[in-house]
Amino acid sequence: MMLPYPILAVCLLLMWLMLNGFSWGQLVLGALVALFASWALASLRPDKPKLRKWWLIPKLVTVVFVDILRSNLAVATLILKGKRRPHTSGFLLLPLEIENKTALALLAIILTSTPGSAWLEYDSRDRTVLLHVLDLIDEEQWIATIKHRYEALLLEIFA
Amino acid sequence: MIQPVSDLPLWAAMVVAAFLIFGSALALIGAIGFLRLPTFYERLHAPTLGTSWGVGGIMLASMVYFSVSSSRPVLHEILIGLFVTVTTPITFMLLARAALHRDRAESNGNVPEKHQHDLEDVEAIQGNAEEN
Repeated sequence: MMLPYPILAVCLLLMWLMLNGFSWGQLVLGALVALFASWALASLRPDKPKLRKWWLIPKLVTVVFVDILRSNLAVATLILKGKRRPHTSGFLLLPLEIENKTALALLAIILTSTPGSAWLEYDSRDRTVLLHVLDLIDEEQWIATIKHRYEALLLEIFA
Repeated sequence: MIQPVSDLPLWAAMVVAAFLIFGSALALIGAIGFLRLPTFYERLHAPTLGTSWGVGGIMLASMVYFSVSSSRPVLHEILIGLFVTVTTPITFMLLARAALHRDRAESNGNVPEKHQHDLEDVEAIQGNAEEN
């Protein structure tokens, strides 16, 4: 097959044009790079992620962007207040429903990029992940937030 | 053609400065937190300030500056932000799991134990070894 991963090929071509500026010569060169890179990836035979409701991706990106900004400000104030405001950090065992590898990777990126939470260890048999939360006031609320805000969306996006 | 900095319109200069200060302030606070927070797992949170909106702010400032001064959209900074975001979890998990392993092995701190089934597996393997 000519293009085993069309989305990846398009992304690679866009990246090439962003880095080198648009010209017809660069378009041809970038298309060649994208083509050969797709073939190289195909020979590794990774699982092909199946997108079910791709139109929810912008919603997820927006939610995550805002949450990361809010969490940045929350952690920044926490650090600046220092010892004057005692905070309670702690471990949190989060049960997960998603099993799709791409969705798990995305959730790991989201939770790591959010400064208040850190992804420590995933157990594929229990389907739980051990998190460390900087400001752990209400455990149940944290679990509910992650499950409703991110996991529900990821479950809908990936089949 | 890139104009000299002094020719930048005032609104653009203000936007660029605001994003730069925002991004670099977050990176600085992250570094301070890295120095001051008491435990390893808490310190793990501080640098993410720099890798999320710290990078984001400086990236946006750079995009606005070069887009205005060369009067064409300059967007490739997005790639820096994208790759930083995608690759930091790898380093973080590596560090976190190394710390968990050390703390469990030396049983210091109140680190959650490894899941029960892992211990059962070890016992099962030991049992088999004894039978053989």
